[in-house]
Formats: sequence, structure tokens, C-alpha cells
Amino acid sequence: MTINELQDEIIDEFSQFDDWMDKYALLIDLGNSLEPLDGKYKNPQNIIEGCQSRVWLNAELNNGIITYQGESDAVLVKGIVSLLIHVLSNHTPDEIINTELYFIDAIGLKEHLSPTRSNGLVAMVKQMKLFALAYKSVNSQQ
Amino acid sequence: MDKLEIQHIRTDFPILEEKVYNKDLIYFDNGATTQKPRCVVEKIEEGYYHLNANIHRGVHYLSQKATEAHEAARTTVADFLHAGKREEIIFTRGTTEAINLVATSFGEAFCHEGDEVIVSVMEHHSNIVPWQMLCERKGMKLRVIPMNEWGELDLDVFKSLLNEHTKIVSIAHVSNVLGTINPVSEIIRIAHAKNVPVLVDGAQAVPHIPVNVVELDADFYVFSGHKIYGPTGIGALYGKSDWLNAIPPYQGGGEMIATVTFEKTTYNELPFKFEAGTPDYIGSTALAEALRYVQNIGLDKIAAHEHELLIYCTEKLLEIDGMRIIGTAKEKSSVISFLVGNIHPYDLGMLLDKLGIAVRTGHHCAQPLIDSLEIPGTVRASFAFYNTKEEIDTFVTALKRVVTMLS
Repeated sequence: MTINELQDEIIDEFSQFDDWMDKYALLIDLGNSLEPLDGKYKNPQNIIEGCQSRVWLNAELNNGIITYQGESDAVLVKGIVSLLIHVLSNHTPDEIINTELYFIDAIGLKEHLSPTRSNGLVAMVKQMKLFALAYKSVNSQQ
Repeated sequence: MDKLEIQHIRTDFPILEEKVYNKDLIYFDNGATTQKPRCVVEKIEEGYYHLNANIHRGVHYLSQKATEAHEAARTTVADFLHAGKREEIIFTRGTTEAINLVATSFGEAFCHEGDEVIVSVMEHHSNIVPWQMLCERKGMKLRVIPMNEWGELDLDVFKSLLNEHTKIVSIAHVSNVLGTINPVSEIIRIAHAKNVPVLVDGAQAVPHIPVNVVELDADFYVFSGHKIYGPTGIGALYGKSDWLNAIPPYQGGGEMIATVTFEKTTYNELPFKFEAGTPDYIGSTALAEALRYVQNIGLDKIAAHEHELLIYCTEKLLEIDGMRIIGTAKEKSSVISFLVGNIHPYDLGMLLDKLGIAVRTGHHCAQPLIDSLEIPGTVRASFAFYNTKEEIDTFVTALKRVVTMLS
């Protein structure tokens, strides 16, 4: 599936809920089912320090495809981390760099990404794209 | 305060009728800022509509009126703190600016390399960073009073930290995270026995307990208007006139001068020496209105009601499995920091928000304290006199629901 197809799928899934608490319950489920990040990646290089919660992020390039792994100490943040990984993982650096992430706004979770929330998510999206940029240059050198 | 009285008081605060996410707003973030009664907002409006002219310099009618209002506000603040002289009140933008003023000007006059400043482990960043900056400028050391497991300062260690290098002690009257009411009177007595002056950060104290700076014998006492039902951007520094006369001005500009030539400028007398530029005379008059509002209700009455809320909420919270209250000092103000099991405070705060409840989460600008407790932060509910037991019931029910979702 393309990144946008994955985004649309998430929007569909969330659109069945009117109540905020149901959306959050789904996000908590997603957060709880996110595979824990291997301890070796929970190092100071991979940490994205927010004011309220912390996010760890790692990215790997295999055969021109990026996969992300991540985690957070707050489960709601972990839920969003899980969504971001679901959408962006297993794509090429170019696809990731050229993506406009619209699903967070569409499902009503934009507040988590507002710069004033300081939960590390804005920095995380930025970092995911930076990984893609870095791997793009690796790709082009190979 | 009985129910009727609180219901009546609540009508003075239109924002308390707001709905958030279609739910009744429950505002338990009073430690961050308080809501404003109508009379304060009306005072601001009245100021701009009927009293606006730059103060102190004008000979015309409006300027005279505005000057009188600003200076009357100074008297109101002085009376509120029971300061001896009205010129011992300096208007600032708030607690932060007041501490920066003292750290800069006192530091300039009295501090040298090798000297020391004492703060406590439970200080807000605004009572740490200005002193750290001073220490960096002068090559001084910051010493820190630790606390016990209940969140009470260790005065024996404090005594041992005081030495011939100590230049000033700067301490919170009430902790914004733990709610601990520190024994500032005793701290001041101990410091004065060694001839060391004390600054008291009263930001979290003045809205909740009566303060008498002369009885306390505080050398400096600071607070913010917005935390005591006044506007943002205005606060006050009380300083003993001997100290204020002995330290240099903080900022230069208009108002704070006596005469200016390109060769030499002489400074104005107190309090104007520390109020460079056009002061916030609209803010000061609205702050005075807020203080009168609080005095009309009565701080003793406020303290009693808030204490009742503190006890009631603490008991209710302890019914929740895994509840851990952070800060259980014997002398405590109406602030409850807590954690539940291993749930991250951010998750609790986000979900409570969606149920219409405003609490604060995180480190509350007291990172060294949170680090020393080895926790990721806390959820903090902080009460004002307009809060009710019914609101606490709704909050605790919501919290139980949220904890179940997150467990």
C-alpha cells in the first residue's frame, strides 16, 4: 500500500468513533500493542526529549527500504508513534520525504503534534524525515 | 464557606460556566494561573476607557488620575503584604522578573567570586536559573537545601550550608509541586542569625495564606498578580528599603532617573529607581482590585475552604488503587501532585482534559525536584476558593475511569 492509502485507512478506522474517549481507547490499544523497542536502541542518540514525555526512534535501511522502530514512555504518545511507524515504515526514502502527513489532523489528534504540546512528536516526525534524507544520500552513493 | 456562598462567588467568574468538549469545565490548574473575577476585568476595561494617560510625567487631568490610581495600587499591595512603607513595593512583570531583579542588582552590589547562594531542592526554575546565571557571572556556588520523604526541608542541613561565603538565601514560601508550606519564618531567623538576607518566593503563597512581610522579617518577598486573580504581566517585589537603597537599578530608562546628562545620570528615589519605562499602570490598578476582592472574601476564610478541599480530595484519591501522592508535608497548601501505578502523567492529563478537567502534568518547571524524586513528572490538581467538593467528586470519578482505560 502507498503511504496515502495507509493514511486513508487510519482515517477510516478512526471515523467510526464520535466520542473522544473511544478514539483514545483505540490509541491506547495501539500503544500497548506496539512492539517494544530493543533495549540497544534506547540510547541517548535515539532519544527525542519532549517537555512532557520521551520518544525513542530508530531507523534502518534494507534494500532501499526504510523501517522504523520507536517507543515512548507515555502510552498515548506510543499510540501515535505506532501510527506514524505504520504509515511510514517499509517505504523508500523518496516516498517518505515527499509525503504530506495529513492523517493526524484528519483524525483529530493534531493537538498532540502542536509545537506547544512539547511531547516530542513534532520532533519525531521531523526526525523520521531526517532519517529518510540521510538514507537517501546513502542510497545514491551505493 | 457554605455552598450558597461559593455558588455566589462562582457567578463572579464567568469562565467557570464554559463548556469544554461539551462538558462542564472543571478548573483545577489554579497553581498555574487563576481565573479572573468580573471586577478585575472591568477594572482593566475602565482603565483603558476612562483613565488612560501616561503616568508621573503629565500635568493634565487624565495623567494625574492615572498616576493616582497606580500609586494607590502600590499602597494596596503594601497593605496586603503588611509592608511598612509603600515605597518598598516595586511593580514588576511578575515573580520571575522580581527574582531576576534581585539576583542581578543584589548580585552586582554584594556578590563576588567564591560567594554562595542557597536555594532549596523544591524551587521553581524561576528561583533557580536567575541565581545560576549570577553564579556563572561571578564565579559563585549554588547550594541546595534537601528535603525529607514527605517534602519538608531539612533545616539541619540548611544550618550547615550557611557559612561566611553565603550571600543570600532564596526560598519558596509554598512549593508549586508539593504544596509544602515552608517554615520561612524560621528559615529567615536562622539566616539572619548569620547576617544573611532572605528572598521569599511567594507566588504560590499569597493567593492562599495571609502574609505579613514585617512579621516574617523577609528581606525580599515577591509574587505574581495572575496567580491571585489579577491580570498577567504584573506582579510585585517587596524589599526592605535599606536593601533597595543599597543595590543599583535593574534597568535604565525613563522614570527611574533624577537627572540625565551625557556625563552622568543620577537615579530617582524608591520605588521609581526600579521602575524604568512606562509601568503597567492598568495592570497595577487591576491587581489592586484583585487584592481587594480577595480581602473582601477574607484570606482566613479562603485558607479554611481550600484546606477542606485539600483534605476531601486527598481522601478520595487514596481510594484509587496504586495512588501515590507526591508531597505529604504536615503543613500543606491546596495542591495535590500524584501518580497512579506506572501510568505516565501525560496520559492521565490528556484523558482528563477530554472529560473537561483541567489539571497540569509534567515537571511543573521544577525539573531538579522531579529528578530527585526519580519520577517522570506528576499530575497536579491545584484548588482555588471557587472550587467545590462536587467538582472533586466529578474529578475523582473521571480519574477512576481514565485509570481503568490506561491500566
